[in-house]
Amino acid sequence: MAEYEIITPEMEAVVGIESEPWTLEVDRLQIRLFARAVGYTDPLFYDEEFAKSRGYRSLPCPPHYLGTLVFDPATSDPTFGSPRGRRPRLDHGLKRVLNGGTEIEMFDTICAGDTLTATSKIADLTERKGRLGTMLITVTETTYRRDGDVVAIVRGTGINY
Amino acid sequence: MTTETETAQTYFEDVTVGLEIELKLVPTTQQLVQWAAGSGDFYQIHYDVEFAKSTGLPGLIVHGALKHALLGRMLHEWVGYGGKIKKWGVSYRGMDEPGQEMTCKGVVTAKRQKGGEHLVDLDIWTANPRGEKTTPGTATVALPSRA
Repeated sequence: MAEYEIITPEMEAVVGIESEPWTLEVDRLQIRLFARAVGYTDPLFYDEEFAKSRGYRSLPCPPHYLGTLVFDPATSDPTFGSPRGRRPRLDHGLKRVLNGGTEIEMFDTICAGDTLTATSKIADLTERKGRLGTMLITVTETTYRRDGDVVAIVRGTGINY
Repeated sequence: MTTETETAQTYFEDVTVGLEIELKLVPTTQQLVQWAAGSGDFYQIHYDVEFAKSTGLPGLIVHGALKHALLGRMLHEWVGYGGKIKKWGVSYRGMDEPGQEMTCKGVVTAKRQKGGEHLVDLDIWTANPRGEKTTPGTATVALPSRA
């Protein structure tokens, strides 16, 4: 059995448990803001009439953008906007966090006007010793649905240290 | 109006294993602030130098997710409106500083057909000015066929 410095049996018990769902809104304002941030010059992400002329219902989501969390001051994380209390917590006591990796699988085009529902689960927990000390590596799998159909799956690796 | 993306539409038959694609840019601190607003990630290590140093970092760093999104842009601009990005994933191995040139790269590793789709697999990454791959990963895209 692996000997861990950070991971406890309580934390391991959380792996695989599906969270409560939360809602994401996909809108034109945020698609344009996102597209600007990534440096797109393609009118597809800015001009709704152009997007419609190319067969889209409205502005399509640029790659990586999967809607915006509906912010709730009572439950959303103030830094990341992520919903708190929707999934079991990992009480690791580590204050610092880095993004270790992202994988996105797309099953359909998402457009402005869509409302998505997401659920997530912790798919894997490991530890790694690095120059920043012992780090907790968490793989979180989030499934995005529209009208019940899966439109995207995101696997994110978080590093706490 | 016909956009650049359309004029340059890539077809499955045009692609050979070893083909390279590239997008060069310099992520600025302004871009990091735009990304914070666009993505909703307001972690201070991306815009507050003192905060970044207090966490043990040498200074501001480019958001990992922005690098994933930039590689997505490179793929989007290559596959055009006729293609689709099916899947792309990366590891954030090395940190990138704003103000330095970043090279997004892709190299075709395989071509295949599955479920009526014409798929192309690539190795993708971002490299820093020293040529180090800071964000290595893989991607699968679908391209239109001339057939």
